[in-house]
Amino acid sequence: MGKNFRESFYIAFKDGATRSLPIVLGYIPIGLAFGILAANVGLNSLETTFMSIIVYAGSAQLISLGLIESQAGLFTIVMTTFLVNLRHTLMSAALSPHLKHLSRLQQAYFAFELTDESFAVHSRDFKGETNPVAIRLFTTNTLAHLSWVSGSALGFYTGALFTNLESWGIDYALPAMFIALLAMQLDNKRKYLVGAFAMLLSTFLFILPVGHWYIIIATLAGATAGALLDLRQERKV
Amino acid sequence: MQNNIIIAIVLMAFVTYLPRFLPLLYLSKRRLSPLAKSWLSYVPVAVLSALLGPALFLKEGYLNLVPASNPYFLAAFPTFIVALWTRNMFIGVLTGIGSVALLRLFLGFYC
Repeated sequence: MGKNFRESFYIAFKDGATRSLPIVLGYIPIGLAFGILAANVGLNSLETTFMSIIVYAGSAQLISLGLIESQAGLFTIVMTTFLVNLRHTLMSAALSPHLKHLSRLQQAYFAFELTDESFAVHSRDFKGETNPVAIRLFTTNTLAHLSWVSGSALGFYTGALFTNLESWGIDYALPAMFIALLAMQLDNKRKYLVGAFAMLLSTFLFILPVGHWYIIIATLAGATAGALLDLRQERKV
Repeated sequence: MQNNIIIAIVLMAFVTYLPRFLPLLYLSKRRLSPLAKSWLSYVPVAVLSALLGPALFLKEGYLNLVPASNPYFLAAFPTFIVALWTRNMFIGVLTGIGSVALLRLFLGFYC
């Protein structure tokens, strides 16, 4: 390997690591919470870390603990996980035009680490960018994944030590990150309208309640509203 | 259930992975129509808003926009304004965390 390769590898790695920082900041406390709860529910350390490695989906993992605790059946647990994570279909589709340059294997690995947070960071960065460097993408994703797994393991083993995270506001890390990423997505008036609409609709659906469908329905309705606004705009011009 | 946990985890991973991978696999090598592209361009805004709505407006499942008892809602304003202004996610996240910590400290609510 030549010097140039090493240099550009290092630059891409550093870039990817910087971009993963806000995700890591949010994942460690939530991972801790997951590890603590998993230990309480009676999972062993292998099951806890194994779940964080191969499922890697915060809300679904936390929900599954509640289901395991309430003695739910295998079908209920798997079906609920499927529904809760179905929203990733839309994220995967939205990123697909930007990942044409990756090989099939790279795409398969990228998809394995596609979460709400990694999606939000990448979709912000992909605007006006063509063929993002693979090393950067995988560094961001893998460091985020590692922080999730280490947070879970740390929570499992040292749960009792971390009971006062709330007074530090750490539980707000993920909502704050979504708010910040949303702010950065808002580059025209139509996006403000779509955001307000999807936010109110999902809250309304959550209260109804429609189970775990509220995110998917509100996202589909929001994106459709946006596309319709675009169409109307085109007709005018 | 306890004996089947590993099986449950493997199946959970499987049903989580398919929605993450299949759209990428099928759409990335295809040319998308302008309408499809326009639709997909709204997905980030729509999905982030859909995730945030219940997290900010509700507390324990009920609508709660009372500033004194819902720090998540109140802290959203400084977080949003700072993020919009600085265009820096890290500063936005720190503003959010700091706001919630200060609200809990000074307003005395623990929620």
